[in-house]
Amino acid sequence: MNALWLPLLVALPAVMSLVVAISGRWPNLREGVSVATALALLAGIAGFIGDVTAGGRPSFTLFEILPGASLTFTLEPIGLLFAMIASGLWSLTTVYAAGYMRGNAEHAQTRFFVCFALAISAAIGIAFAGNLMTLFIFYEMLTLSTYPLVTHHGDAESRDGGRVYLGILLTTSIGFFLPAIVATWLLTGSITFTDGGLMAGSGLGALGAGLLYALFLYGTGKAALMPFHRWLPAAMVAPTPVSALLHAVAVVKAGVFIVLKLTVYVFGVDFLAETGASQPMMWIATITVLGASLIAMTKDNLKARLAYSTVSQLSYIVLGATMASSLGILGGSMHIAMHAFAKITLFFCAGAIYTATHRKNVSDLDGLGYAMPITFSAFFIASLSLIGIPPMGGIWSKWYLMEGAADAGHIAIILVLSLSSLLNIVYLLEIPTRAFFHNPRPDTPRNWQEAPWACVIPLSITAAGCIVWFLYPLPFTALLSPWAPQ
Amino acid sequence: MSLATIADAFFGLFNYWIVIVLMMIGFYIVISHDNLVKKLIGLNLFQTSVFIFYISMGKIAGSTAPILTEGDDAVYAHPLPHVLILTAIVVGVATMALGLALVVRIHEAYGSIEEDDVLAADFETQDSEAATERARQRSAEARQQAGARDDADDGHRAGGERADDGHGDERT
Amino acid sequence: MITQFLSQMPVLLVVLPLLAAPVCVIVHRAAPAWFIYALISWACFAIAFLLFVQVRIGGPISYILGGWPPPFGIELRLDALNMLVVLLVTGIAAIASIYARASIAAEIPRERAYLFYAALLLCLCGLLGISITGDAFNLFVFLEISSLSSYSLIAMGAKRRALLSAFQYLIMGTIGGTFLLIGIGFLYMMTGSLNMADIADRLPAVSDTRTVEAGLAFIVIGLSLKFALFPLHIWLPNAYTYAPSAVSAFIAATATKVAVYALIRFLFTVFGAAYAFGQLPLGEVLMVLAVVAMLSGSVAAIFQTDVKRLLAWSSVAQMGYIVLGLSMASATGLTAALAHIVNHGIIKGALFMAAGALFWRMRAISINDVAGLGRRMPLTAAAFVVAGLALIGVPATGGFISKWLLLEAVMEDAHYGLAAAILVSSLLSVIYIGRVVEALYFRDPADNDGKTAEAPVSMVAATWVLVGASVALGLYASPLVETAERAAAGLLGSGA
Repeated sequence: MNALWLPLLVALPAVMSLVVAISGRWPNLREGVSVATALALLAGIAGFIGDVTAGGRPSFTLFEILPGASLTFTLEPIGLLFAMIASGLWSLTTVYAAGYMRGNAEHAQTRFFVCFALAISAAIGIAFAGNLMTLFIFYEMLTLSTYPLVTHHGDAESRDGGRVYLGILLTTSIGFFLPAIVATWLLTGSITFTDGGLMAGSGLGALGAGLLYALFLYGTGKAALMPFHRWLPAAMVAPTPVSALLHAVAVVKAGVFIVLKLTVYVFGVDFLAETGASQPMMWIATITVLGASLIAMTKDNLKARLAYSTVSQLSYIVLGATMASSLGILGGSMHIAMHAFAKITLFFCAGAIYTATHRKNVSDLDGLGYAMPITFSAFFIASLSLIGIPPMGGIWSKWYLMEGAADAGHIAIILVLSLSSLLNIVYLLEIPTRAFFHNPRPDTPRNWQEAPWACVIPLSITAAGCIVWFLYPLPFTALLSPWAPQ
Repeated sequence: MSLATIADAFFGLFNYWIVIVLMMIGFYIVISHDNLVKKLIGLNLFQTSVFIFYISMGKIAGSTAPILTEGDDAVYAHPLPHVLILTAIVVGVATMALGLALVVRIHEAYGSIEEDDVLAADFETQDSEAATERARQRSAEARQQAGARDDADDGHRAGGERADDGHGDERT
Repeated sequence: MITQFLSQMPVLLVVLPLLAAPVCVIVHRAAPAWFIYALISWACFAIAFLLFVQVRIGGPISYILGGWPPPFGIELRLDALNMLVVLLVTGIAAIASIYARASIAAEIPRERAYLFYAALLLCLCGLLGISITGDAFNLFVFLEISSLSSYSLIAMGAKRRALLSAFQYLIMGTIGGTFLLIGIGFLYMMTGSLNMADIADRLPAVSDTRTVEAGLAFIVIGLSLKFALFPLHIWLPNAYTYAPSAVSAFIAATATKVAVYALIRFLFTVFGAAYAFGQLPLGEVLMVLAVVAMLSGSVAAIFQTDVKRLLAWSSVAQMGYIVLGLSMASATGLTAALAHIVNHGIIKGALFMAAGALFWRMRAISINDVAGLGRRMPLTAAAFVVAGLALIGVPATGGFISKWLLLEAVMEDAHYGLAAAILVSSLLSVIYIGRVVEALYFRDPADNDGKTAEAPVSMVAATWVLVGASVALGLYASPLVETAERAAAGLLGSGA
């Protein structure tokens, strides 16, 4: 396909957000426009698969922002994968959000869908970014367009959550990411993503590279590395569809996607492996994996527990990047997809449970499994996928991550990954266990049933996705063939 | 340093000493005096010292006024600084006029031209204003917190209220 | 005829507003006075644009007043540097003409409004004169014209505190102007010339004398007073807070910028970077003051309850960025300073215009007064948010471009502490802008009197023009940055 399509695809959701705003009077039309846009976007991005798999790197430069730094979109495999997942799951989330928002009679639904479309536009922009300048523009656009979604309820609680959200994301991006980009520009004279990285010839030592890498990774606050992870639980004040798509898929995956992209195209895997500059951050990531899992166990609020689980799972991907081996990149990239399908299912389920019963806490879910069998079965499947048990897709990414760790000689990482799986079992499987095997609370009415179909169908599809990707992981390995084992 | 050089430095440069003394007197008045009119007088003195500086700069010992006469090659004072300073004097007059006009307006508004009084009147109101603003903020936040608690007490009712809001929103 | 007009354009920039001001007084009524102001400001903008193109194509223009050749006569000299400033000043003046009508009608008694427009025209004349003159003494005169008219403009504010603010500004401004006069006198004593280029030619021969050093010190301090460099900034918060909204917007966007331009002109064109920054430690002094200004201004802004005062303190901080850029005395640093002069002028103009629109509706502008206006005045509030983001330096806005250039400049010279200071100051600006934004959107309105409408279309439109300009300069900054780079190269080339 023509590379001219790249900026058009980025602009598509933003332009359609205007149509969404205009059609706000007719809710069905409004959501129809959103779904149609999402599918069109997905189809447009899919059109590039053949080209990119064959090794093509379609690129389109719009104009020069500053001398030497232009607004450029370049498509490469990881970005393509991320864009497909974001747009594909957007269509499902729109259907789900229609059910959820109407089921809970939320206010300002039009603003909600407009901001949603803008956020997707920003996520696609990040996926397609051809240089650090373009990436940074869309990164901040994503932060700002999701702020009204996080503070959707407009009360004191959401204002406080919004403060933490903006505070951490802007502090890290302006405080760390921006100087890191400028330093890269001064060191290498380029900010364009290049195969093999920019740093190899810059004469940067291990310490300097390590500092710059740390600056970049902490600057990517959306990757939620400890101690800059607090914004993600704080963002859970948002309506559940927001948590599902943005804070399990688009926003956080944009963060870890940037980590992968920086590792591969700015630093270069070989450079990092040679200098060992990424190792300090690797240990930070292991601490985050385990620490967030431990915190998740203490949370009774379902969404908070899922949020900390996300923090933990994101660091799997950061681990994949920081272990500086191509198998790690493969595992990390695949985990973007696998975790996206599993975690969006879990959030869909949490939202469905809230819509049907208005219960938010894990300890209140006793015995609800028989009232809502589909929802809790989906929850069970997605949990298994996150833990990494066959026949769920999650096993593949974990497998490659472990293989990559062995490849890079980090045996301790394999132990950490195993330990984390055990912790996942403890805090995730408790929920379906309570739902199916505990007696209902005495005040539970008998007539409770599944949430509206608009909520149930999307979560069934994503749960099915978890199984399909186990049986058929070929699309991922084909797309990510540059890093796949020969 | 001998007495002679000191004397030379003093008398040889006496015009500069006068400029400096005048300037410092004027500056001191501006800083130290409360009365706004006296401040302006100090400011005027300060400006005037610079005028003298310019004028004395152009003067040459024993020179005449710079008037062109037939066949005359007398030494005459440099006219340009003098002309420049005419412009600066006009600026000074304008500043003074504006300053005095402001003092008149201040007197009308505050009933005093002592800076302390005027500032006191201002600070009184400013302090009370700041206190009022803080109180308003606190009460507004307390009101909203109370509203939020009501919402949290009863999720279903809050949902119902939101529904009303929502419909209002959709229509507008 | 047309060529004649074209050759006379530089002087028209000064003469048009100067002649129009008494006409405003003669017509004696608000509406025609506004019309004259609008006409003249747009004409100046058009002339500035034509001249900008001319300079861009043909290089610097020299206009000789009255046919007296320099260095004896007064020369107007237009190059890449001052055309940037002239475009900013005339552009803001033209957009302010759209904004001012409704805003001034609400804030100044109708029978005095014509005087307001006359004073505004004089101020415009002074600012343009400073920008284009090539004569040091002439610069002083224009500086005093613009200052005197801005004192009277500020004194027209609705509250009585405006009078005292204007008086304090008058005292400090006059001291600053007189310092500049002394400095120019010293230079004249040593070189016997007032033409800037001519002084620059003759200075190296006498540059080791105490007199020239003292002259430099007086000029720097005098101009620093005018653009409110820390610790000479105490007049600024009061002046911006109590001035009429249109005046705050116009002066905040232009007056301090033009004074900084004058400093740049003196330091780089007249004294030369090698002298001011090489032989004397001026760079270090300015750098320290700039950092203190950036941090203290931002911190002070956080604790303000009045939105306009908050913006004024933020201006103190933002002037710190500009001075920091020029104190590096490098090509990148100067480029950053020049780009930020333009960007901050536009952004702060937009913010003060938005604040003025909120004031127009509520007749008060404390944070509590604007609470909850996000839903009642969505366009104005959104303009404030976008301009606030630009002030913070979010990408795709003009503020980001200047911050990027500034970071590049300080990191190029390995001043990592300065980079940290810039970033901390940006984050502090997140807090103070965030306070206003939270009040706009998350709090209930202070009263329920049903005032739900927007400010007049003209005010909102003018605000959005500036907001749009800021976003456009953030996305497509190449022309601005290239012009600034050329100007910086010219400054360093002539000084080295």
